[in-house]
Amino acid sequence: MDGRIKIETRGLNFYYSEVPALKNVNIEIEENLVTALIGPSGCGKTTFLRTLNRMNDLVPTTRVEGKVLFDGQDIYQKNIDVVELRRKIGMVFQKSNPFPKSVFENAAYGPRLNGINNKSKLEEIVERSLRKAALWDEVKDRLKASALDLSGGQQQRLCIARSLAVEPEVLLMDEPASALDPTSTAKIEDLIHELKKNYTIVIVTHNMQQAARISDYTAFFMLGELTEFGATEVIFTKPKKKITEDYITGRFG
Amino acid sequence: MKSKQVKQVIYFSLLRFSIVIILSGLLLILFFIGMRGVKVLSWEFLTQMPKEGMTSGGILPAIIGTFYLTIGAILFALPLGVFAAIYLTEYARQGRLVRLIRIGINNLAGVPSVVFGLFGLAVFVKFFGFGVSILSGALTLGIVILPTIIRASEEALLIVPQSFREASLALGATKWQTIRKIVLPNAISGILTGSILGIGRAAGETAPILFTAATFYIIRLPRSFFDEVQALPYHIYALMTEGTHPESQMPIAYGTALVLLFLVLSIDSVGIIIRNQFRKKKKW
Repeated sequence: MDGRIKIETRGLNFYYSEVPALKNVNIEIEENLVTALIGPSGCGKTTFLRTLNRMNDLVPTTRVEGKVLFDGQDIYQKNIDVVELRRKIGMVFQKSNPFPKSVFENAAYGPRLNGINNKSKLEEIVERSLRKAALWDEVKDRLKASALDLSGGQQQRLCIARSLAVEPEVLLMDEPASALDPTSTAKIEDLIHELKKNYTIVIVTHNMQQAARISDYTAFFMLGELTEFGATEVIFTKPKKKITEDYITGRFG
Repeated sequence: MKSKQVKQVIYFSLLRFSIVIILSGLLLILFFIGMRGVKVLSWEFLTQMPKEGMTSGGILPAIIGTFYLTIGAILFALPLGVFAAIYLTEYARQGRLVRLIRIGINNLAGVPSVVFGLFGLAVFVKFFGFGVSILSGALTLGIVILPTIIRASEEALLIVPQSFREASLALGATKWQTIRKIVLPNAISGILTGSILGIGRAAGETAPILFTAATFYIIRLPRSFFDEVQALPYHIYALMTEGTHPESQMPIAYGTALVLLFLVLSIDSVGIIIRNQFRKKKKW
């Protein structure tokens, strides 16, 4: 690796009521690149993703050990402002979850949280975010319509726009295209490619081709362990471990 | 016919029969109260003070008293109940203590209302020195409907999808911002509906105001929250037990019952209308 490290975990363990879900995960996530997390269901990739913005704090009876360094600072230290951390590390969920509000209000939600109430300023942020999420042209005439009236693909891009509106540095994506049709998926993939110029992206995906297409680095998880991690082209062409190769070529999963 | 089809017919008939019994009970109540009450019903009945030792005149003070008591109970119990529900569902660590509190609240709902009446007498009337007054009665009624409001609010809060909360928190919202901007607006219809149904019940309660607020007769309308009041349910009770001219008081009691019935049904309808309005809008 030669770029700047944005997020790094050291000896990361995670437990759901004492059942280990992540075991000694050590990984370095490089700035302005796309890192894909792959692995069979239940391998811990979503759990891992959610440790990066402390989303797992919301799940009772869970426990974290080890370090997660964000810009060199351990985010599990006591003095960390979790609210500010989550603003810097945005998240897009597997099932698109726009608020039952208008398209505009969805995109304006984050800025409003931070005290931006000036109408023209909000309009500017909303337009910029929707443009970044490649959604502006489709919704510019119905910003006042309910977000729930958009198509599934549009809803997911709206969720991306909503995340971008608070100007995060990192974007965590949990299978953002898994519930979408191929056209919408292609749009999201193009979007990810575009976004990595300005953001560090970590994406969980079940789709091997997708991981190969969009990511620079790939991390393969098995049973809570980071089995193999490296440049995507290496992982997909000559993985070091047999089990990685077996998974990628679809022999199990 | 095969035996399983016979069974089918028997059970269907049984189910239908239960509904018929229930509906006819309801209709009979409406019919008898309506028939007897409507005889005395008039504009004067609703807008005048009682006359001649309660044997004629209207029930205005009882209507107004019930109105004050109910509004007072809402003002006290709605915010308190909603805040308690928010605390229990959103903030409190779900564990043994919260379970215990929930059991306590559910048991509170099962306490006979006359017990609340005694409690109100001991605490609000005597201990706090509010006397027999609208204030004491409203607070007592408020406590009677608190469990209903808390439970309705908790249920309404719990059906707001967790994904909304996660989305909000992931954008850097604080817990309180998430509750105020996302959770509450999406739960408000359920909270209001449940609470209004509880309030309808409070309006008709007699026992909680028996020792805390209600009086048989007042010469003028209440002027402050520290005045005693007449109230519709207590008025019925008083007319039927305390007068010396049952032949002229009984019709007034039925008229009062009809007004009370109408009031409670109206309150409940408001709750149902609010629920339907929100349901139409809701898409998740």
